[in-house]
Amino acid sequence: MSPLFRRGRIRPRVAGPLRRQQQGRVAGGVAAGISARTGISVNIIRIVFVLTSLPGGFGAAVYVLAWLLVPAAGEEGNIASRALADRRGIALTAAVASVLALLLLISSVLKVAWISSLSWPPVIALAGLVLIWRNASPEELTLLRPLAEPLFAGGGARRRSWIKLRLAAASLLLIFGAGLLISAHVSGVLVRPMTGVALLFAAVVVLLGPWWLRVARDSFAERQARIRAEERAEMASRVHDSVLQTLALIQRRADDPQQVVSLARAQERELRSWLFDGRPPGSIDGLATTLAGGVRLIQQEVEAQHGIVVDAISVGDCDLDSDMSALLAAAREATVNAAKWSGASSVSVFAEVEPDSVSVFVRDRGRGFDPAAVPADRKGLAESVRARMARRGGSATIRSAVGEGTEVVLTMPRTVGHREPSRAP
Amino acid sequence: MTGSDAGGRPRVFIVDDHGLFRSGVRSELGDQVEVIGEAEDVQPAIAGIAGCEPDVVLLDVHLPGGGGQDVVSEVTRSHPQVRFLALSASDAPEDVIAVIRAGARGYVTKTISGSELVDAIRRVAAGDAVFSPRLAGFVLDAFASVPPDQRVRPAFDPELDQLTPRERDVLRLIARGYTYKEIARELFISAKTVESHVSSVLRKLQLSTRHQLTRWAAERRLT
Repeated sequence: MSPLFRRGRIRPRVAGPLRRQQQGRVAGGVAAGISARTGISVNIIRIVFVLTSLPGGFGAAVYVLAWLLVPAAGEEGNIASRALADRRGIALTAAVASVLALLLLISSVLKVAWISSLSWPPVIALAGLVLIWRNASPEELTLLRPLAEPLFAGGGARRRSWIKLRLAAASLLLIFGAGLLISAHVSGVLVRPMTGVALLFAAVVVLLGPWWLRVARDSFAERQARIRAEERAEMASRVHDSVLQTLALIQRRADDPQQVVSLARAQERELRSWLFDGRPPGSIDGLATTLAGGVRLIQQEVEAQHGIVVDAISVGDCDLDSDMSALLAAAREATVNAAKWSGASSVSVFAEVEPDSVSVFVRDRGRGFDPAAVPADRKGLAESVRARMARRGGSATIRSAVGEGTEVVLTMPRTVGHREPSRAP
Repeated sequence: MTGSDAGGRPRVFIVDDHGLFRSGVRSELGDQVEVIGEAEDVQPAIAGIAGCEPDVVLLDVHLPGGGGQDVVSEVTRSHPQVRFLALSASDAPEDVIAVIRAGARGYVTKTISGSELVDAIRRVAAGDAVFSPRLAGFVLDAFASVPPDQRVRPAFDPELDQLTPRERDVLRLIARGYTYKEIARELFISAKTVESHVSSVLRKLQLSTRHQLTRWAAERRLT
């Protein structure tokens, strides 16, 4: 999957069942999937979806349902089947849907025609989105995340823009409600239906309120747990990169006491600086400030520790942000892997900074392996390289065949803004 | 292509200021090539090469009495048939580009293995270009951006001052450590075509009047 091939090729019609296309998608890849299946231009399909969404949200509902029900290309099973197993997700969906349904009910009681005409498709679409949000694979969510993060961020959402947005929404509703009341007939006639609505509302709140609260609290607690799990994974990959690697080295060089001592010393220093100064092992932070500098550092380190020649070449340069540091950490791990397992006498590391992305290619001509046959408990490639890249929105591809060496291709997008929550419009 | 095989082993002259390195290369090359002379500085090298007219000169980029490019330009004037392959531990791109622009047919780093070096010598002897991953990286870097003063410079020649997308693809794969054969397989072209792309890049590198190229090298010296 070299980037060289993608340029300027028109995708042919794909046979077989409808699949959501992950390449060239804007949201869920439904339109791209239909386009790949039928050969109709993807933009026409997108326009049709938007146009049918305009009057009553019908198109949006269909789109979300398709997102839920059509499996992504290369995946087995759709999101809906995964969602069925997610009890909390279903509870959250029911809560959101019930709030929306309640609003629709009240509006139909008040006979506000334009709200009633919106009716059910938006409810279905929103409920579906909640299920997708909770059950889609992480790569699919990169697009939703900046939109949804502020809504779900429990305590962390004290950003000004968010407060402004809420204020705006509240005052809009207030003005709208007040206008509605005033524009209705004489005050006396109004009292009775108003009290009716208020009582109805109170009843529903009393009935469903605690449940809503619990669902909200549950999802907050779950979010905390997820953050903790991610931290644990990050920590595990750090320990793997440093301590476990050094222990493996020490075992291999057990016949050279001097080497063993110096390895142990270096590891001790690294571990101390992590525990007490907060500088994680395997990180380039503080030692290099640019990508090319980081690549040189990887070269020096791996050459010193593993006695292998590293041919490091970088084209272009950029400053190191946290995404680029993660890219370098993954590249370092890939290089160390090649040094340890390939049996080759040299490794090539090629880093290229392009306007919208940075790629690093780590290539050896060693013994290679069958990527499909790697046991699940081998942490190196899976956790340190792939997951590390995925957590930052990057990607890692591993090409290897027995006897032909291995190439790890790491790509990280350069748009710094994509991880920041979108600003309030 | 290893065309010079027909006429026997290529005759090689080694120019390097480190005696140990010269003897190391000699023994690594073994009897695959015929080493017909050695020199350790610019002047002796020019005299020696003129005396024995080798097929290929292995040339260190850094020499005590000047740069390797002096040897290249001096010898090429009187003996245009002698071909040069720069061999250096230097990472400084401006030195490498200077030797290439003076007329060397390729650049390899001193970490190259014996068999790869023999292969590179044969290639150069046959008149082809030899790009190591590092040189490919330098060239990509130098041709990366369109010069900002392009519009005000009438001398800008797009034929010479830009790489084609295919040339860029080939250079990228060289920089990634692919051999010409692997590149051919990867890009679905013949090894001969890879060779001609590389030669065309070399030509551009040598003939381009691109102001950017010199300025790029100057910038790299500062950093």
